[in-house]
Formats: sequence, C-alpha cells, structure tokens
Amino acid sequence: MHTIAARIQETYPGAVQAAVEWRGDLAITVARDYLHHVCRYLHDDPDMDFDYIVHVSSVDWPDEPERFEVVYEAYSIRRRNRIRVKTRVPEDDCIVDSMTDIWKGADFMEREVFDMMGIRFRNHPNLTRILMPDDYPEGYPLRKDFPLRGKGWRDTFTFIGEKST
Amino acid sequence: MKPIFEDQRDTIYHVDPEHPENPGLPTLRTEEMMLNMGPQHPSTHGVLKVVLALEGERIVKATPVLGFLHRGVEKLAEDGTYHQFIPHTDRLDYICAMYNNFAYCRAVEKLVGITVPPRAEYLRTIVAEIQRIIGHQFWLGTQALDIGAMTVFFYTFRDREILLDFFDELCGARLTTSWYRIGGVERDFTPELTDKLRRFVDYFPPKIDEYVTFLETNRIWLSRTKGVAVISAEDAISFGLSGPSLRGSGVDYDLRKFEPYGAYDQCEWSVPVGKNGDTYDRYWIRVEEMRQSLSMVRQLLEKLPEGPIMADVPSVTLPPKERVFNDLASMIQQFKLFSEGFMAPRGEIYCGTEAAKGELGFYIVSTGEGKPYRLKIRAPSFIHMGAFDYMARGYMIADVVTIFGTYDIVMGECDR
Repeated sequence: MHTIAARIQETYPGAVQAAVEWRGDLAITVARDYLHHVCRYLHDDPDMDFDYIVHVSSVDWPDEPERFEVVYEAYSIRRRNRIRVKTRVPEDDCIVDSMTDIWKGADFMEREVFDMMGIRFRNHPNLTRILMPDDYPEGYPLRKDFPLRGKGWRDTFTFIGEKST
Repeated sequence: MKPIFEDQRDTIYHVDPEHPENPGLPTLRTEEMMLNMGPQHPSTHGVLKVVLALEGERIVKATPVLGFLHRGVEKLAEDGTYHQFIPHTDRLDYICAMYNNFAYCRAVEKLVGITVPPRAEYLRTIVAEIQRIIGHQFWLGTQALDIGAMTVFFYTFRDREILLDFFDELCGARLTTSWYRIGGVERDFTPELTDKLRRFVDYFPPKIDEYVTFLETNRIWLSRTKGVAVISAEDAISFGLSGPSLRGSGVDYDLRKFEPYGAYDQCEWSVPVGKNGDTYDRYWIRVEEMRQSLSMVRQLLEKLPEGPIMADVPSVTLPPKERVFNDLASMIQQFKLFSEGFMAPRGEIYCGTEAAKGELGFYIVSTGEGKPYRLKIRAPSFIHMGAFDYMARGYMIADVVTIFGTYDIVMGECDR
C-alpha cells in the first residue's frame, strides 16, 4: 500500500476501503462517515499538507448498490503530491459532508456536483443549482438515466422523421 | 484603497460620521440595493450575470449567476469516441483552443499510456506557448479596454493577427484549431512557417515594451489596477486559484515546472511570481510570461529534432492522411477509429495542464469501452469565479469590471 494510504489507515482504522495507484495517480476509497475526517487530516497534518483543492467530481454507476461516487482531488503545493479521495453513496441517501470548511474552493465545485448529479452536501452554505436554471424541474443531467437529448419540454417537440403524437 | 476594508470583509460597510477620518459626513439612512450586472454587460466577455448587493457604491455581496453558456459538454463527451471530443475542447476556452486540445490529448495519452515522439513534443510545446502569447495579448487588450484604456487594445490585436494567420496556415483555422491529435499532432511545420515564427520571435519583444509603455504611463489604468482584487496566498490556495491569478499572490505553482510535460524541461525559463496579489501583479506576470514564452519558442525552434510527428500505436493513433487515401489497411484503421473508437484500458486518471488561464485538467473514468464513461473538466475560469464574491467585497461597482478582468475569464470554459 502507498505510504500516504497506510498513514491514513493507521490514523483512522477501518476508513480506507481501497487504495489504488494507477498511472502514477493515487486514489483511495474511504467510508462515507470518515470522508470529512480524512480530508481534514490530509489538509491539516504537516506531513500531508494537501492545501490545494483540484476538483470535486462525481460518477454514476447505476447498476451498483451504492450508486454514486463522489471524488475529491487534492494537491500539496509544498510536497508536490496528488491524492484522490473517493466515497460511495447510495441513491436513496445521497448526502456527504461538505468540505467547504476545509477548502474554500469546494463551495462552487460541490454546487456543481449537486447540480449535475443530485448529490447533497451536509453543512454546505449555499447548496443551489449553479449551471442549470434555479427552477430546473427535470432532474440531474449527468446521471446516466438522463437522456442525452434532454427531457421535459423537449419531449413535446416533433423531430423530423418522427410521427407526431 | 484596500486597507480601509481589510477588517470589514465580512461585515456591511457603514460610514461612521463619528470616525475621525470621515469628518462632517451627514448621517444618511442607508439601505442595501440590489443591482444586476450583466448578463449582457460588455465587460463580462460572454454571458455572466452578477447580482450585487450594494451599500452606496460599495459591494457588500456579489453573487455570480453562471450557466448562460452551459452546453453540456461533459454529457456530450460520454456519447462520442475519444477522438471525437477534440473539437469540443476548442469550444471550452475559445481564446486558447490549442491549449485545450493539448490538455485533453495529454489526459487521453496518460489514460492509454502512450508516449509522444520528441519532434511532436517540441511542436506541441512551441504552439502551446504561441497560444499562451495570444491568450495574454487578448487579456491585455480587453482588460485595459474594459477599464477605459482603449489604445493598447488595437496594438495587441494587430500583433495577435500575425499569430492567428500563423495558425490559419498551420491547421486551416484561426480559433477552433483542433490541431493536436492523441499521440501527436495533425500536421508538421513547413519551412515557411518556421521562418515566419523566427521572424515573429525577433519582431515581438519591442512590441511588448510598447504595450508596457502604454499602460504604465497611464495613471488612471495604474490607479484602477494597483491594490484592486487583492487576495492573500493562503486564501488563493484555499480557493483553488491557479495560473497567473495564483502566482500574483506569490505562490510559484506552475505545472510546467512542477510536473514537466511536453518539452518544457528542454529549455531555460523561469516562473514569474508576484508579491501583492493584486491586478497589477497579475498583469505584470502575464507580460513577463509573454517574454518567457518567446524565449522558449526561440530555444525550441533552435533545437527542433527531426522525426515522426505521431506516435506509432495503430490501435490508438490515426494514420497519416496520405496513407489513408492510398492504402487500404490505413483507411480501415482510420474508419474504425472514427466509428467505434479505441478501447481505452479500464481505470481513471486526472491530468492537469498549465493553460494560459490556469490549471486546465481532465478527469477521465474509463470502463474499457470506446467512449469515456465520465469526463470531468476542471476549468480554471469556473473555479476562479468561486473566489469572486470574496475578492469583490468592499470594492466599488466600477471595480467589478477589473475583478472580472483579473482572472482572464472566458465563459465558454466556465459554463462548459
């Protein structure tokens, strides 16, 4: 196991579910309840020093029991290390702790994840839609069950070659 | 300017008539006013709206309203092959299309695990640095224009045309270039293009001095940029700022040095770093980066090695165009790559690239199919907008234009 992953495992036994190093990227999967603790530790511990947030992202795996994956990527400017912290959330309870108190930049990035994938963040100061309109009623566009051509009012259009209903 | 509000960042600004610095000010009943700036304000470079809460002319709170240019690029990526996404990247940051291509192709190369031949790396780096010069010229002209210094705009756009003509000859397009390919580049430099570039490298340095003279002798421009949009190094890091916006605050974070790619480790250059973290320092960094880029282009043109411009991995890279027209196997290869794409290995990568505006990154999740399962774009403009409210508080309405300008924001990339 990578030294950073081993250190996290030592500090929070049971937190790390998987640690993968592929193409030079270290990605660890942690249990959802530990996510905030692990990120706080990564940010605050002088040996870790992950002070820079790179991106917050999300992946939809519709066929798996815990459907959504939330991805935080952090970088240490002093140590020049990169780490990706992932966690899984089920569809009926898709909420994770917000990291806005650790990295200020997480604010907009988490709002984007909420807007696009519908994952909620506990203790986020302003969790509203950011790219889609505020009153957008048709769900979350980046979920795999959202059709590429859009839905809602677009379904009422008659496309060329289609029979009108 | 700035120091007055330093301690009032998070509180509403009130004129205190008892305060010794405000003698004789009448006590007015003040209340907060909301003002919509945009979405069609000319300084917003695209369509961006900011809802300002004002106390007189002071900004109490600035809420950016994004998404007017949202086209669902990340969703579109999931429906096309890896090659088909390259033209979409042109339309992210449409001022610096070449650098977006570069960032995307690097990410896919990392995912697939192919190395690019040295000549292609050199060509890529040279063109990327030219694109950086174009981006900074554009920024310099429009940023000065937005805050009232019109002259320099004409001079930067005159010189930008030379480089856009160069792109036109290189790939047939001025802005939406799509010249980079996964594993190399689409077309080699002709001797005329190399000559043209050499002439430009000699022509341009005095022009940079000219821009500097225009701006630094303009007292109004100086007073509107010095001490405006200040952010400390810790805050800039915490907000995830990158590129000149972060280096202006004195952090030397530059992926070209931190994680060298392309041919950046083959030439001598330095990272300019600011001190005060204000708009003026970021301007100075961009001007200095233009000089560094020119020096890089000059050195790399001297050392340009011979060899192929495309990696030879038939399952991934495209065959040369001449072969496609004359050789059946190459035609089939081309057809298969464009119709079903190549099967990228299962896994996920993040690859960041130092574009003109900051760290442009691609996070790609692959399930071993011909299309990306998930593609996330880390767009610097979007992340910079996250710090907008924090940086705008306490300034005047007129400074909002400077603060937009200081990030070098492009909405195509911000909204994706």
